[in-house]
Amino acid sequence: MPRTAPPWETKRKLLVKAEDKTDPRYGHKPEERPAEEYMKYGVINLDKPAGPTSHEVAAWVKRILKLQHVGHGGTLEA
Amino acid sequence: MTGVLPIALEESRKIVQALLLSGKEYVCVMKLHREAEEKQVKKTLEEFEGTIYQRPPLRAAVKRRLRTRRIYCIDFLEMDGRNVLFKVGCEAGTYIRKLCFDIGEVMGCAAHMQELRRTRAGPFAENGDMVTLHDVAYWFMEWQQQKDENILRKFIQPMEKALVLVPKVYVRDSAVDAVCHGANLTAPGVLSVETEIGKGLTVAVLTLKGEVVALAKATASTEDILNMEHGVVAEAKRVLMRRGTYLKCWKSGEV
Repeated sequence: MPRTAPPWETKRKLLVKAEDKTDPRYGHKPEERPAEEYMKYGVINLDKPAGPTSHEVAAWVKRILKLQHVGHGGTLEA
Repeated sequence: MTGVLPIALEESRKIVQALLLSGKEYVCVMKLHREAEEKQVKKTLEEFEGTIYQRPPLRAAVKRRLRTRRIYCIDFLEMDGRNVLFKVGCEAGTYIRKLCFDIGEVMGCAAHMQELRRTRAGPFAENGDMVTLHDVAYWFMEWQQQKDENILRKFIQPMEKALVLVPKVYVRDSAVDAVCHGANLTAPGVLSVETEIGKGLTVAVLTLKGEVVALAKATASTEDILNMEHGVVAEAKRVLMRRGTYLKCWKSGEV
């Protein structure tokens, strides 16, 4: 069977339909969100250690950061 | 098993769905149960590129029925006695433990997975922004003491990072709050679109500032969206932005 390019190598182009400006009074650039919001709307690219399950690791992050809820993207079996 | 495990905090949990379905890449040590020629190992690995059938293992989180999974590429890295090191890029939901077992069956010598490290989950890879639990604990403590926002940015990425591979639609400020309230995105609100969007595909709706408003299901292709003057182009599926972040610009019945 032939090799196929993995989806993370897909390049897309942006095509413009109309021009407009954005009002600086509303919202923030993602990297400029105020601290509290930045955390609430954040993700961590974590290097999972060997041993604990993905769920346990997620729970630890929740405890370290004193958050109410965290989720993890894709179980990495223990 | 170690490696890339994206952790979504609070509100950003809504985007894990997009991550769960994205491609993964692993580096794996497979242990053969008998000596084998390097040539045979390489040849067998190559045979597993493409679409494979796979029955989930006994201990699995899904129903154990035969299913197909796409193996984008397998690269033999090195071999030491019975240990084979290889890299595999695959579709979400591929069990590498089972892949190793099946490779062993095809080779006739039997094999099992010895070690596994995930090197990529969608847009998250083993690179500069990857942190350990120790880093998280350390930087968070530093942040609490110094209250310098740059410290947070050292170990937390904005959730938009998780959507790098999702096709995007940028919209006017005036369309944002309507989408936040669950309204469908219509053509006049669209400013720009990425290529290769097809009907039914999940897209990310973003503001001109680059903030994600919602995940939506496209109801038209890139070409159609560019040519449409009115009508729905995407149905909001998962709203991420808090309502009221942008000004409400639609007329309501009440006065």
